[in-house]
Amino acid sequence: MIIAIPVDKKAADSAVCASFGRAPYFMIFDTNTKESVFLDNAAAAGPGGAGIKAAQTVIDHKAEAVLAPRVGGNAADVLEAAGVKIYQTTAGSAAENLEAFAAGDLALLQDVHPGFRSGGGR
Amino acid sequence: MRIAVLSGKGGTGKTLVSVNLAAVADGSTYIDCDIEEPNGHLFFKPEILDVAEVTVGIPQVDRDLCDGCRQCVEFCRFNALAYTTELMVFDEICHSCGGCGLVCPQNALTEVSKSIGQVRKGKSERVTVYTGQLNIGEASGVPIIKKLLDEDYSGASGLTIIDSPPGSACNVMETVEGADYCILVAEPTLFGVHNFSMVHELVELFGKPLGAVLNKCLDGEENPAELFCADKGIKVLARIPFDPDLGRINSNAEIVVRKDGKYRELFSTLLETVLREAVLRETGHSGEAAAESREAEPAGDPQCKPATEGGES
Repeated sequence: MIIAIPVDKKAADSAVCASFGRAPYFMIFDTNTKESVFLDNAAAAGPGGAGIKAAQTVIDHKAEAVLAPRVGGNAADVLEAAGVKIYQTTAGSAAENLEAFAAGDLALLQDVHPGFRSGGGR
Repeated sequence: MRIAVLSGKGGTGKTLVSVNLAAVADGSTYIDCDIEEPNGHLFFKPEILDVAEVTVGIPQVDRDLCDGCRQCVEFCRFNALAYTTELMVFDEICHSCGGCGLVCPQNALTEVSKSIGQVRKGKSERVTVYTGQLNIGEASGVPIIKKLLDEDYSGASGLTIIDSPPGSACNVMETVEGADYCILVAEPTLFGVHNFSMVHELVELFGKPLGAVLNKCLDGEENPAELFCADKGIKVLARIPFDPDLGRINSNAEIVVRKDGKYRELFSTLLETVLREAVLRETGHSGEAAAESREAEPAGDPQCKPATEGGES
């Protein structure tokens, strides 16, 4: 199973990023091989629609689950359409949240925030 | 003659100046281009004569034709498209550029019309009042401003006062581009002067003649806006005092020049000054075309840059 996590730094002990669409990097972890890769999130610096583009990046890397503290409405729509499950992280690093997920301790994300869809028009 | 009123920072006095200039002129046109929160109509309380919807094109996908090549997704710089098991379109993110339809090799994308807001025409005494209103959540109000400023819609003759949106982004560029003269309203705060300097730079980029109105002037106190104008060689067209009586009339959504003789005098003089300045810039150098008045910058102004076509968003 492939899992994607928005992270602040390119390291397993990085904190989970508070933002999904604007996270600087994504950690892509394969539970079969226990290997992880770190992606630059091209959406982070864009003028708008960051959540949509970030979700596209995640599904293009075949992720089946996202671990994040919160996800915007547009990103959640894309992830849901691709059948990706979103689990809510708790305090701690990306690695610690992966352990919690493996132990079945992370719950599915219930509240999707409406996003910041101003689109950079001003 | 089209005169745009700008400020950079919101709450500086664009609507105060625009509404009162239009009201003091005989038989003018007032166009409220602050389409995210138009408030000029609160003062004019116009009798509405005509309402029209403004629409834009949004892509619609024919799923039988789409083969999932994703060239449209790669193309869209606003990230309004995503491809999962099928193409998803996010209407509120779309800026209606039409690019996705052009790059689609399968011709799977067509445009459907979507309303983004309204334009309204009304009459208040001898002032014709146009108001644009963007629906909440829409990406860009530029199509509404284009409609308001279209001479086939709002007329090509007579004196027209354009109440611009705040800021110095695409919406504002649209109003500057169509103007013969720009009035920049400033308030005596550092924040105000910062945003004023940005919109000043923008107007210079378009090569439009301009002057400043200093609002909320305090007696005997240093005015950072006055210092900025002196530094940049910007002509000060008028100074409006920081006056509780003026504030009270304005807060009651009454038009000051229709209430107070002192201010009727102030705005009449301002209008005369603006018209004289605007005509000077035209006849002094290039004769008639407003587009050529960009050559009419005062001599010795090193800030003068060639005008650019642009501001599309």
